[in-house]
Amino acid sequence: MSGRDRPAQLLRNLPAKLAALPMILTALVVFIGCSLWTVVHSFTKSRLLPKLDFVGLDQYDRLWSTPRWLVSIENLAIYGICALILSLVLGFVLAALLDQKIRFEDGFRTIILYPYALSFIVTGLVWQWILNPDFGIQNIVRGLGFESFVFDPLHNPDQVLFALLIAGLWQGTGLVTVILLAGLRGIDEDIWKAARVDGIPAWKTYLRVVIPMMRPVFATCLVLVSAGIVKLYDLVVALTNGGPGIASETPAKYVYDSMFNKQNLGQGFAASTMMLLTVLIIIVPWAMFEFRGKRRD
Amino acid sequence: MIDAPFPRTLSGPAGSRPRTRIAPKRLMIYAALLIVSVYYLLPLWVMVMTSLKGMPEIRMGNIFAPPVEITFEPWVKAWSSACTGLNCDGLSRGFWNSVMIVVPSVVISIAVASVNGYALVNWKFRGSEVFFTILLFGAFIPYQVMIYPLVIILRELGLMGSVWGLVLVHTIFGMPIITLLFRNYFASLPEELFKAARVDGAGFWGIFLRVLVPMSLPIFTVAVILQITGIWNDFLFGVIYTKPDTYPMTVQLNNIVNSVQGVKEYNVNMAATLLTGLVPLSIYLISGKLFVRGIAAGAVKG
Amino acid sequence: MTHSTMRRLLAGAAMFCTPMMAHATDLEITHWWTSGGEAAAVKELAREFEAKTGHTWVDGAIAGSGDVARPVIVSRILGGDPMAATQLNHGQQARELIEAGLLLDLTDIAEKGKWREIVKPASLLDACTVDGRVYCAPLNIHSPQWMWTSPAAFEAAGATPATNWEELKAAAPKLREAGKVPLALGMQGWQQSYLVSGLIIAKGGKDAFYKAYRDADADLLSGEMITQVFGELAIARDLSKGGNVQDWNLATAKIINGEAGAQVMGDWAQGEFAVAGKVAGSDYNCFIGMGGDPVISTGGDAFYFPVNKDAAITEAQKELAKVILSPEAQVAFNLKKGSLPVRGDVDLAAANDCMKKGLETLAAGNVIDSTEQLISPDATGQINDLMSEFFGSDMAPADAQARFAEILTGDK
Repeated sequence: MSGRDRPAQLLRNLPAKLAALPMILTALVVFIGCSLWTVVHSFTKSRLLPKLDFVGLDQYDRLWSTPRWLVSIENLAIYGICALILSLVLGFVLAALLDQKIRFEDGFRTIILYPYALSFIVTGLVWQWILNPDFGIQNIVRGLGFESFVFDPLHNPDQVLFALLIAGLWQGTGLVTVILLAGLRGIDEDIWKAARVDGIPAWKTYLRVVIPMMRPVFATCLVLVSAGIVKLYDLVVALTNGGPGIASETPAKYVYDSMFNKQNLGQGFAASTMMLLTVLIIIVPWAMFEFRGKRRD
Repeated sequence: MIDAPFPRTLSGPAGSRPRTRIAPKRLMIYAALLIVSVYYLLPLWVMVMTSLKGMPEIRMGNIFAPPVEITFEPWVKAWSSACTGLNCDGLSRGFWNSVMIVVPSVVISIAVASVNGYALVNWKFRGSEVFFTILLFGAFIPYQVMIYPLVIILRELGLMGSVWGLVLVHTIFGMPIITLLFRNYFASLPEELFKAARVDGAGFWGIFLRVLVPMSLPIFTVAVILQITGIWNDFLFGVIYTKPDTYPMTVQLNNIVNSVQGVKEYNVNMAATLLTGLVPLSIYLISGKLFVRGIAAGAVKG
Repeated sequence: MTHSTMRRLLAGAAMFCTPMMAHATDLEITHWWTSGGEAAAVKELAREFEAKTGHTWVDGAIAGSGDVARPVIVSRILGGDPMAATQLNHGQQARELIEAGLLLDLTDIAEKGKWREIVKPASLLDACTVDGRVYCAPLNIHSPQWMWTSPAAFEAAGATPATNWEELKAAAPKLREAGKVPLALGMQGWQQSYLVSGLIIAKGGKDAFYKAYRDADADLLSGEMITQVFGELAIARDLSKGGNVQDWNLATAKIINGEAGAQVMGDWAQGEFAVAGKVAGSDYNCFIGMGGDPVISTGGDAFYFPVNKDAAITEAQKELAKVILSPEAQVAFNLKKGSLPVRGDVDLAAANDCMKKGLETLAAGNVIDSTEQLISPDATGQINDLMSEFFGSDMAPADAQARFAEILTGDK
C-alpha cells in the first residue's frame, strides 16, 4: 500500500528502515541467533554449562524414548486445542456482549480482565484450593445435600487437564476479550448502519461481515494465545506441578527441568529444538499464505 | 442486538412500571455477563476473604466463607515485615525497583513496537515481511532457552546486571506480540487516511505522530495492559539480569509465596499477591476511560 | 533502601570495633534458605561474619529450592558479574564451573585452617576438592534417611507404634480403619525417591547402596533384592493413598496433627516439629532409616565463591570461607537449621534427641555418601520423574525396576 509500487523510493523509505532497525536486529541477532545457538547445542552433551562436545543425535534418541516427553506432547496437544478454541470463542462472545453499549461496561470489562493482572503462581494456588476436594467446590456441593458428588480433577490423571483449562481460561480469556473489543471498536459504524438498513440480523452481520473484517485482530489473538500455550509452564508448576504422576507435564516444563534441575542442557536444548521446529512448521506456511494473500490489493 | 440501545417498541409486559427501558434481549446480555462474572470473581473472593482471616480460621474453615473476625495484619505483614532471607521488610522493598524497571521498559518497548507495526503496514520494504515472520516465530520460543544466550549478549554489551540490560530484555521479548498488535491494528484502519496525509506532504514521523497515534488509543491501551502486566509480573528475567539491590517486587513475592515455611501463611500469601497485583489492576481501571475515548476517535474517522 | 543504609552504618560501626579489618566490603551472597528455620540459621551466619570481619553481608535470597536459584547463579557467573558467594549442594553440581576456572581456589585457606583435619567425615571435603585443590566451604550435613512417626496416630488406631518399615506395614490396616493415612508422602518425585534409597539400605545395607548408586551393578539392579525394594514401593504406594499433599511440610503436618502414621523425610523435617512446639520422643518419634543398621548419608550444603576481579572482594570471600568453618558459626548455624556440623570437635550440647541420634551415628562412622555425590543431577532427576510416574499411576514394579536400572547404568 505504500511506495512499494513505485520503483525509485529507496531513499524515501530510509526513515522507515532506520525505524525498523531494532526489529531487524532483534529478529536476526536474538531470535535467529539464539535459535541456531540452541540447535547447535542440542547436538552436544552440555550439562551445567553450554559446551561444544558433540554427541550427534544422542540427545534426540533419549528425548524420544522418555515417557515423560511423550506424555508432555500429548498433553500440550489436547490442552492446546481446547484452550485455543475456548478462549477465542468465549473471548469473542464476551467482547460482543460488552460492545452492546451496555451499562457498567467498565466494570464488567475489569472483572473479566483482572485475573490477567495476577501471576500464574497465585492463579495456581487459588484454583488449587477451589478444586481441592476437602474444602473447595466438591465440599460445598456435598454440603448442599448431594453427598455422592465427586469433583476432584487435581487428583485424577484423566481430568487434570480439565483443571488446567479452568484455571488457564480464567486467567487468559480477559485479554482476548479486550483485544477483540478493541477490534470491534475499530469497525466502522457505517457497516452496522448499512446492515441494519438491509435488515440483516445482528448475528449474521457478525459472522459474515464483522468477523472477516477482524481477521487481523483474530490473528493477534491466535498468536498470543498459542504462544502462551506453547510456553505453558508457570501455571502447571503452580497448580499441579506436573502431577498426579506425570499426567499434566508439558514440553516447556520438560525443557526447564532438563536444563536447570537435571542440569542436562543438551537434553533441554534438544527438547526446545523440537518445539521450535514444530512452531516453524506451522508458522512458515501461515506466513506465506498470509503475505501472498495481502498482495491481492 | 445492535439496535437494542434504541428500543422504540416497548409495549405489553412493561405494564405500569414507569419508563422501563430494558428489553428481554438486554436482560439476557446482563444475565450472561453476571454468570460469567461469578466465574471470574470467585477466586478473587477467595483471595480477599483469605487475606482478611487469621491463620486459625483458615485452617478450620470454608474457603468461601467471609472472615468471622476481620484482620488486616496479613496485609501489613506482606507489605512491611514478611521475611525474604535476611531482609524482613516485605514487599515494600521491591516496589520502587519494580516501578523503575516497568516505566522505561513499557515506554521503550511500546514505542519501538508501535513504530515497527507502522513501518510494516505503511512503509513496507524488501524483506520486511520476512523479519516480521521471524519476530512472530520469536513469540513462541520458550523463555528458558534464551537465558544463557542473552547472558552472553548482555555481557558483550556491558549491560549484564544493570537495569538497562533488563529493559532491553523486556523490549526484545515484548516486541513480537506488541508489534503484531500494532501491525494488525494499523492494517485495519482505512488506507485513505494514510494516503491523504501523504498527499498533504507529511513524512514518516509526521503521519505516525499526527494521524495514526491519536486514533489508536484502544490498541495503545491494550499494549500498555499487556506490557505492564507482563513486566510487572516478570520474575525470571528480573532475578537473573539484575542484582539484589534492584530486584523487582516479584522476587519478594516469590520468596514469600514459595518459601516452604513451617506453616504456610496463606493469608499473607494472598495479601502479598493482591498487593503485587494492585498496580496492573489500577491500570486496568484507568484504562476503561481510554477505551471509551478510542471509540470517539474511531467514530470520527469515517 | 534505608535498610541497607542502616546495615552499612552498622557495618561501619563494626569496622571501628574490629581492629583486624582495614577495609569493609559488601559481599552479595545467594542462597535459597528462606523458610523460618533456615532464615534464622542464615542470620546467625551473617551475624558471625559481620562481627568477625567487619564486612557486610548483602543478602540475595531466592526461594523455591535450588531449581529457581540455579539458573540465576550460573547466569550471573557466566555473565561476568557474579555474586560473591553462593550456596550449592556439593556433589557433582559445581564441577564444571570449577573446570572452567570460574570458582575461587580456597586451598590456601583450607590448609591454613587445617580443614583436612577438622572436617568430619572427610568425604565432605573431598566433595569440594578437584585435582587436589579445594573450591568450597562445607557448611552442614543433611541426611534424608529418617522416618518420623506420630505416636498419637498409632494410639488412636490401637496399633503398636512402628519403629521401622516392616512394623509400619503391620500397623497399616489398623491405621486405615481409624481413618489415618499410614504413610504421609508428598506427591513429588524427590520425596518418593528417598523411599527407594531408604529401602535399598534397609534391605541390603551400605554395600547394596554403593553397588546400586556408585557402581550401577547390573546384577544387583536386576536382582532379587531390588525386586523386593520395588515390591515394597508398590506397597508404599497403597499406604500413601488418600494423602493428597504435594509439599513435604504439609505431609509432615499430617504427622504433627496425628492424621498419618509415618513419613520418610530428611532431618530438616525437625524444623517443622520445632515450629509446632512438639517434643521429640513424646509428640513424635524419629528413626534413622527404614530398618536395618542405622546409617546416615553425608550430603549437605556448601558455599562456593565465584572468581572476582576486585581484590578486596577476593580477600573478603576468603574471610567468609574461614568464618563458615569456624566453631562458633558451625554451632550457631546448625542448631537453628537442624542439620549437623561438619566438624566433629564442636560442642552441640543444645541439640535435641533426634539430632543427638544423628551425631552418634556420625561419630560411630556409620556414614555413606549422599546419592548426589554418586550420581549426576541428570540421573537424580530421571529417578525422580520415574518415581512421580510410578506413584501417580499403577505402573508395575517390574517395569519401574527395569527403568531404574537403565537410568543408573546409563549414568556411568
